[in-house]
Amino acid sequence: MNGLRRYQWLMGILLVAFLLTGCETGHEFVKKTEFKDDDKIVVTFAGPVEEAWATDLSNFSAYEKPDPDIKLQIKDATLSSDQTTLILTFEAPLNQGEPHILSMTDIMSEGQNLGPATVTAKKLYFGILMTIFLGAALVQNFVFTKYLGLCVFFGTSQRRGTAIGMGVVFTIVMVFAAMMAWALYQFVLKPYQLTFLNIVVFIGLVSLSVQGVDTILRKVNPALFKAFGVYLVLVIANCIAIAVPLMLADNEYNGWESLMLAAGAGLGFLLALFLMACVRERLELGNVPPTFRGLPIAFVTAGLFALAFLGFSGLSIY
Amino acid sequence: MSTTTKSNTQLFVDGILKENPIFKLALSMCPAVGISTSVMNGILLGTAVLFVQVFSSCTISIVRNYIHPKIRIPTYTLTIATWVTVIDLVLAAYVPVAYNAMGMFVRLIVAFAIITMRLEMFACKEPLVKSFVDGVGMGLGFMVGMVALGVVRELLGSGELLGYDVLGFQPLLFFILPSAGFFVVGLMMAFFNWIEVVHNRKKEG
Repeated sequence: MNGLRRYQWLMGILLVAFLLTGCETGHEFVKKTEFKDDDKIVVTFAGPVEEAWATDLSNFSAYEKPDPDIKLQIKDATLSSDQTTLILTFEAPLNQGEPHILSMTDIMSEGQNLGPATVTAKKLYFGILMTIFLGAALVQNFVFTKYLGLCVFFGTSQRRGTAIGMGVVFTIVMVFAAMMAWALYQFVLKPYQLTFLNIVVFIGLVSLSVQGVDTILRKVNPALFKAFGVYLVLVIANCIAIAVPLMLADNEYNGWESLMLAAGAGLGFLLALFLMACVRERLELGNVPPTFRGLPIAFVTAGLFALAFLGFSGLSIY
Repeated sequence: MSTTTKSNTQLFVDGILKENPIFKLALSMCPAVGISTSVMNGILLGTAVLFVQVFSSCTISIVRNYIHPKIRIPTYTLTIATWVTVIDLVLAAYVPVAYNAMGMFVRLIVAFAIITMRLEMFACKEPLVKSFVDGVGMGLGFMVGMVALGVVRELLGSGELLGYDVLGFQPLLFFILPSAGFFVVGLMMAFFNWIEVVHNRKKEG
């Protein structure tokens, strides 16, 4: 415990640095640039700027960082009454997952020309990570909105105990496998242009991490192994286990993002299994028509859950 | 050293009807729910699965006497992964639009329980010809299941078949919505159960 406490201040500094990285701008007069709503960028200046300069749209141009050729159309520029905050409204909603570069010609402030500025508006990195996590767990839930892992989902959602066991084991294996897949993809497959081997390598990795977790768990915590060991084999049969490595390779996620995607996928699967198991335990007491008994009613229930999960589609916290 | 007593025709027909992967064995449900919105998707993914199933079955059948029993599952997985990579690259090169519509499901064939199950239960014991026939039967069974779902969803959802306007109106838009996949599969399973119940009742009565 003492050892951990000694490093707490270091962790604190790292965390703060991590959170602050989103705030750098690139010009000393521009204090802050941030996204607002779906289609606005708010620029905060250190002092008042001239209204004539600020409302002239030709002074501004913006593009998404990966596509410098595609200029985004600005619809409107509004200056606040104290002349320090400028709200730029764009024609189309902005893709806030990508950083946006905003160029301004000579900034005019109280008669002085402060020179041109190029600033970056991006979400806090923490926000991007949380978006990936929540996206994988709720908004794009792998079971209910991506329709993956259904064989294992219907097979192990009959009892709550089974559901929790399967979900927990899957989350652990998923995090292991995703981190290995990320490292292997970024440092071996991509540099040597072997990406066409993705499928072969990732399916091997998943089997390997299942075997690894099996061996470690057996030695480290035999009681836990007795309870959860049976579910390990099922992880390989789960398409989510291979979908997550493929997704992080397709999207070129870095280590943190891969971790968040894997954890979100695992917890989302656990949540889906648990909810489904609760309903199916009740269903056994109900009077289900004979033709619907077993799988058909389970599918209809899953359909209702899928409709309910559509409600998460607008969710964005950061 | 064949252990099955079934004739080739019997194997072929069983794969499509009695052991239909989607409706009878309830395996590989993910694409059945996820991308059965059109007949075309069903045909394309069915072709991909047929290809992978047949070639993996044949490969395993040829080398079945040389596989050490302890490493048979990894061998199956790697064989399947190799053939999936082949069909994945081919589809991405020749039908890019349809390939994109199917998303990740082509690459996820590698995790389909149906293929591994057939290798484990059939191809590792039977000679080449029988494994080939079984592979074709199972692959076609999957394709038939996908196309059946596609016909129901496309016809009832948008009034079209294979993109051609058949009905001239949209009966129930609900069927084409993504989350309706669960309902359609559930209702069709119940429908087949019901046919079986009625059939058995007639036999008894």
